[in-house]
Amino acid sequence: MTMGKYVRITDTSLRDGSHAIRHQFTVDQVTRAVKALDEAGVPMIEVTHGDGLAGSSINYGFSATNELELIEAACATAKRAKIAVLLLPGIGTIHDIKEAQKRGAKACRIATHCTEADISAQHIAATKELGMEAITFLMMSHMIEPKELLAQAKLMESYGADVVYVVDSAGAQTMDMVKARVTALREGLDPKTHVGFHAHNNLGLGVANAVVAVECGADNIDGSVRGLGAGAGNAATEAIVAVFNKMGIETGIDLYAVADLAEEFVGKELGLTPIVNRSSLIIGYAGVYSSFLLHAERAAKQFGVPAHKVLEEVGRRKAVGGQEDLVLQVAAELAAQGAGDGKAQEPALAGAAK
Amino acid sequence: MPLNVAVIGSGNIGTDLMFKIFRAPELEMIALVGIDPQSDGLARARKHGVATIDNGIEGLVARRDLMEKIEVVFDATSAKAHLHNAPILEREGKFAIDLTPAAIGPYIVPPVNLTEHLDKNVMNVNMVTCGGQATIPIVYAISRVQPVEYAEIVATIASKSAGPGTRANIDEFTETTARGIEVVGKAKRGKAIIILNPAEPPLIMRDTVHAIVENPDREKITASVKQMVADVQEYVPGYKLKSDPLFDGDRVSVFLEVTGAAHYLPAYAGNLDIMTAAAVRVAREVARRRGVAVPVGAGR
Repeated sequence: MTMGKYVRITDTSLRDGSHAIRHQFTVDQVTRAVKALDEAGVPMIEVTHGDGLAGSSINYGFSATNELELIEAACATAKRAKIAVLLLPGIGTIHDIKEAQKRGAKACRIATHCTEADISAQHIAATKELGMEAITFLMMSHMIEPKELLAQAKLMESYGADVVYVVDSAGAQTMDMVKARVTALREGLDPKTHVGFHAHNNLGLGVANAVVAVECGADNIDGSVRGLGAGAGNAATEAIVAVFNKMGIETGIDLYAVADLAEEFVGKELGLTPIVNRSSLIIGYAGVYSSFLLHAERAAKQFGVPAHKVLEEVGRRKAVGGQEDLVLQVAAELAAQGAGDGKAQEPALAGAAK
Repeated sequence: MPLNVAVIGSGNIGTDLMFKIFRAPELEMIALVGIDPQSDGLARARKHGVATIDNGIEGLVARRDLMEKIEVVFDATSAKAHLHNAPILEREGKFAIDLTPAAIGPYIVPPVNLTEHLDKNVMNVNMVTCGGQATIPIVYAISRVQPVEYAEIVATIASKSAGPGTRANIDEFTETTARGIEVVGKAKRGKAIIILNPAEPPLIMRDTVHAIVENPDREKITASVKQMVADVQEYVPGYKLKSDPLFDGDRVSVFLEVTGAAHYLPAYAGNLDIMTAAAVRVAREVARRRGVAVPVGAGR
């Protein structure tokens, strides 16, 4: 049923991957990565601070380079690929979308928590008015039932979304969960609205979940080279392409070219490979927003408490995406309660200690 | 003689305002103005013997008997509606306390600049945003000790406490709050982030204030923040510091929680409570300036 089907891959190494390097991408790195992705045939490349436009902050970490410079460099470099940006209403504003559009961005991915779609109406409308593709994200989609998720997806569709993504921000979904959610959207939305899936690999299911999503009707899939992303990373673009090749699913992407980029750029140059370790596994298991990982590790070091305990407690308090401030507060509280063992925490990214 | 006031907007905010006005001895609730005759707010006003208008500001203006009495009008509608209402209130010579993001008049955050604009010939003041009322006092508490290069606030509110107005125009929240952090909080640069959390039972409003201060004086900043929290508690008793300020290099972080007084809105909606409480605080000051005698020991 998937043989010969075309699936559009969006590579988010330069956005979700920004979390893994604490938003330190340079113009030179972005230019080289975009050139390689573009030449490999990746049709959509996302470039933004990890937390979206205007995410550069104390709460989420300051960007080393203004993201608009990175977006401009990406747009100037890509010959075929569309450059997309991410926006979270409540963090960035329509003003930021306009600035990105001026620099050449062709798509805006607008993300809300899975129950809060109605805060995205003005941003979706503005994106369409700017002549950009409007792609929407229902984040932390493990937290609600498929039927409720569909109701939120329909809202986004009614505001003008071209694509609605089921986003597994916590990497918490098993394959059955992905199947139920993607199926609900595919069957319930207008056939002209595309359905996407964005994985996190915290339970080791990133690529498998992407496959299930396609089998259930998704035709937009996110990946990042070597999985570079928050938590245990995303589904690796090169692995998705390899698996899809074997299944006869068309992506138009040169496997060897993206595998080279993963090896040379992420593996060797950045020295990073996201892995499923204790902290990222707990993120997936407890259903916590993946980008809390490095914040928890930093706070763990600062307060001498175990990172996975901080993450568990943040999950217990039902935190949603963007509540990085709660990570810091919880670490301070755990330390005050004497939960610290004083031990240094292991990094979740092999080589991150460099 | 208490100061006679009216409230435009019979939704959650307007109705909570009414209940707070009942509790303020200097204020007399004359009329509640809505546009939906069936609204719970108007029904409650009628029950309490307050005049109700169900056809908006035009209906209020037509009631000359009421207009003669009213001196202060709270606007708890929307930014768009306030742009319509403001010139009418000005023409009628009413002092307007604007709880919408329209921000025609100057910002007031009571513990910081309650009297700043009341001495001037200003007839319209704005209450910034809920996140602004909760966090700007803390930004100011730091900036009155040492210059704040940059301040950033993160407001997390229960999804249930974010009304349709906020949801339809969330950019207004971030932009207005950021400006308030600069103008009233005196940070050189401000940024605001708002997060809606749908957890059940609904979460109490949380606010985090991060500030960049060169070589922060820990003792002085901590003392100033604690004093400010006490000042806010005078009109929002549920305003609490979660811990002493955290210092990390040039960064100061303050964690707050705001529990509402539950006069009409539920306790978790501290974000709405701090807005209505601040607006009533302004009206009480206007009353004082207009010579309304406050009964001894009355009100808080």
